[in-house]
Amino acid sequence: MLRYTVRRLIQLLGVVLVLSLLVFAWLRALPGGPASALLGDRGTDESRAALEQQLGLDQPIFVQYFKFLGRAVTGNFGNSTGVQPGDSVVDIFVQRFPATLELSIFAIVIAVVVGIPLGYLAAKRRGTWFDNLSVGGSLIGVAVPVFFLAFVLKEVLASKLGLPSVGRQDAIGATRVTGFFVLDGLLTQEWDAAWNALKHLFLPAIALATIPFAVIFRITRAAVLDVMDEDYVRTAEAKGLTAQLVRRRHVLRNAMLPVVTTIGLQIGALLAGAVLTEKVFAFPGVGEALALGFERRDYPVLQMLIMVAAIVYVVVNLLVDLSYALIDPRIRTR
Amino acid sequence: MALLEVRDLTVEFHRKGEEPFTAVDRVSFDVEPGQTVGLVGESGCGKSVTSLAIMGLLPKRGAKVSGTVNFEGTDLLRLSDKQLRDKRGRDLGMVFQDPLSSLNPVIPIGLQVTEVLERHQGLSRKAAMVEAADLLDKVGIPDPNRRLSEYPHQLSGGMRQRALIAIALACKPRLLIADEPTTALDVTIQAQILTLLRELVRDLGTALVMITHDLGVVAGLCDEVNVLYAGRVVEKAQRHELFAQPRHPYTHGLLASIPRLDAPRGERLNPIRGSVADNIPWTSGCAFAPRCPNVLDVCTEVTPVQEDIGGGRLLRCHNPVQPEVPQEVSA
Amino acid sequence: MAIGTKKERIDSLAESTADDSGVSLAASAWKRLRRSPVFLFGSFIIVAFIIIAVIAPWIAPHDPSARDLADQVIKARNQIPEPQPGHPLGGDLQGRDFLSRLLVGAQQTLLVGVFATLIGLAGGLALGTLAGAFGGWVDSLVMRIVDVMLSIPQLLLAFGIGALFAKPNLFTVILAVSIVQIPVFARLLRGSMLAQRGSDHVLAATSLGVKPGAIVFRHMLPNSLGPVIVQSTLVLATSIIDAAALSFLGLGNPDDRVPEWGQMLGGAQTVIDTHPQLAFWPAGCIIAIALGFTLVGESLRDALDPKNRR
Repeated sequence: MLRYTVRRLIQLLGVVLVLSLLVFAWLRALPGGPASALLGDRGTDESRAALEQQLGLDQPIFVQYFKFLGRAVTGNFGNSTGVQPGDSVVDIFVQRFPATLELSIFAIVIAVVVGIPLGYLAAKRRGTWFDNLSVGGSLIGVAVPVFFLAFVLKEVLASKLGLPSVGRQDAIGATRVTGFFVLDGLLTQEWDAAWNALKHLFLPAIALATIPFAVIFRITRAAVLDVMDEDYVRTAEAKGLTAQLVRRRHVLRNAMLPVVTTIGLQIGALLAGAVLTEKVFAFPGVGEALALGFERRDYPVLQMLIMVAAIVYVVVNLLVDLSYALIDPRIRTR
Repeated sequence: MALLEVRDLTVEFHRKGEEPFTAVDRVSFDVEPGQTVGLVGESGCGKSVTSLAIMGLLPKRGAKVSGTVNFEGTDLLRLSDKQLRDKRGRDLGMVFQDPLSSLNPVIPIGLQVTEVLERHQGLSRKAAMVEAADLLDKVGIPDPNRRLSEYPHQLSGGMRQRALIAIALACKPRLLIADEPTTALDVTIQAQILTLLRELVRDLGTALVMITHDLGVVAGLCDEVNVLYAGRVVEKAQRHELFAQPRHPYTHGLLASIPRLDAPRGERLNPIRGSVADNIPWTSGCAFAPRCPNVLDVCTEVTPVQEDIGGGRLLRCHNPVQPEVPQEVSA
Repeated sequence: MAIGTKKERIDSLAESTADDSGVSLAASAWKRLRRSPVFLFGSFIIVAFIIIAVIAPWIAPHDPSARDLADQVIKARNQIPEPQPGHPLGGDLQGRDFLSRLLVGAQQTLLVGVFATLIGLAGGLALGTLAGAFGGWVDSLVMRIVDVMLSIPQLLLAFGIGALFAKPNLFTVILAVSIVQIPVFARLLRGSMLAQRGSDHVLAATSLGVKPGAIVFRHMLPNSLGPVIVQSTLVLATSIIDAAALSFLGLGNPDDRVPEWGQMLGGAQTVIDTHPQLAFWPAGCIIAIALGFTLVGESLRDALDPKNRR
């Protein structure tokens, strides 16, 4: 197990390195060259030339790359040019990151808590109206563009349900502890602050959760169907075990293997969905920063946030793989 | 009253958009306490489905089961799910064909044994583990204590099947059903497993229903044999009578098709001509008629009924093979 | 030994390993598909849209790029042309007939989907076949590249590629959306190739002296066809949706003389509060066609699943 972990960590490092190369290449490929990338539209020919020399862009490409790496490692990503002009990109990230994290956690919790039981039930009642309806629903869920769904939720449901449709929390002077508004409210026992934050999270989280829910539901259903046909379930039945024990120890334990992998993949996909959802709801997270960054060609912001997004995705998938090894003894004891 | 009395057991499979298929067609047989009964036939004759129907392990949707299965006086087919679960594992045990796929890959062997003990004998996990190690030892698994925490993929095929036998016999059931338990194993291991089974059921006094297509297995193990064809029993006899004087042309054909070591060189093999696909429905006559060397006109017009031909032998045939001069049978 | 004899022998070998019951996988799949309501419904939707796309120029009441109703657009009062005789759905922000744009938009939207899928498939085919058929260091190298591409969430990668172009147009959108599909196809094909390399029919063909190229193209690729077709239909759906997302972020094709649903949807987001119909109609069309392809893809996947075979 330990060897496996170490091996995967080294792989992770390799991927991150290649990613940094890719981002570096991407930056240089952006229209206008890296200097104008950093200067944005405001760069004139002179300022660009000056910056190019300052950044050492006249030096061989290897040197440039290593300088880029050096800057990245020391946390110097420059300042934003479009999203929050003048602010350090790192500051922007630190400000906005808890918001997106909170939103993502809620979304994935919704997707899992609704998706897995529903998937199990649909598998057990295969072919019934319940099964057909839920599968149909999940197919539609995948066919709807996320930003459009976010629109519909915002316009139609927000007013009907009395839920806020923009932002993260109304200005009510809540105390900040961790930066996670709901948690902060709970920790400081400012219940109205926590509730207010929750209300703001509700609709965006549902919009964001739709696709992960649909996928998790389908995979759970398929996995349970597969496992139910397996011989060892029949053996468990032949032992006269209670239905509950068969379900828990034999069916679900095995069905969860592919589901766990899927959850990991979906967490990664959440990042992209967050870009669209946060933009629609004007939710001040990393996603919104990315969306505005793309719109306004704020390359410093884009550079760092994409890098971070990719690293997070890779790390999450590594964790998923490791947990898979924990759950499935066949991988562990190789 | 016999331990197990199967009367007119019928299993029909219904699949969407297809004709209903009768896999088991009014099958009847008895098993006395401590007796070993064989169910023999080729693939698709319904023998596995019979055993699953007895245990109540057929899918609820798509399979229609009728008839009676009297186990110690209680009709298993009329029991509720909960009542069946009480009996399974405790009074009735079953061993399946493929030992690797029949074991849960993600939980240790020990737990798969103890869960039967915990369920039916109310043992604690600790006590059950001790008992489990003892059981694994009894089935001939070396170093049983270490095996308890190992996983199925870490054991060899033979050891897995031994573990499954241990699981099936853990609560000392009165009846054990073994569905082709050695088919998926190497030939050398097969012999070991069969020997093990024979000793265990003898020691425990367990009745055994042995399902197989292999007449060699039957010869070495069973007291009484039921030969199945296309879902019906076509011949029933005591072991030595069946091998010495097979009366049904199908049984006769099966025995004749076994290659013999003392046959002269160049002698051709004697398969039964045709295949299962050539069968006609029992409702139109005898299902075996298209392939039968003894076929008469009546065989494709009148369905043969099961007759008692004396000495406890049952036969379903219009034109059985006539008894020959008794020969030496090499079992 | 005549070549004809060898060819016949190889072909019959391949067939005999296809299925024991004498029915090929394709035939048994088709049998089940014909009866599947999901497949029929999905195909109906797709065929309907294809027909609309083909006859759109003839049935559209007006030229989709002609700003006939421009005088009815009053920006100051945020007013766009109402539904009126000759213009059943009214006009858009530029005074063009909305219904015509929707109808003709089917063409461009389908084109985007089809081309994006084809490019992704071609790229994935090349990489995957290379990796799977040769194995060894080629495999490692190619899969490293693929893994890195997969390490960035798909949509995000599409955004990133889209951002590379100072002046986005239809081609850049298709490119962005298709490149992210390449690793998926590559993985799929490589997996299929690797699985088949050790299989009996390949070993038989090799031992009979069939050249490696022929083995790959005539014996291995056809067996990979099933999952590829399934994936292609699903990718068709996602590429249309992804293209819409690109437009939403401003990375899409700004030239809207030739209408495309994703572009229309993305462009309507600024006025969705006041003129929701400008977004709802293209969204509805996108959802419908994405659903059609997804339904077909899913039913194909079920039909081709060997476990479901009779």
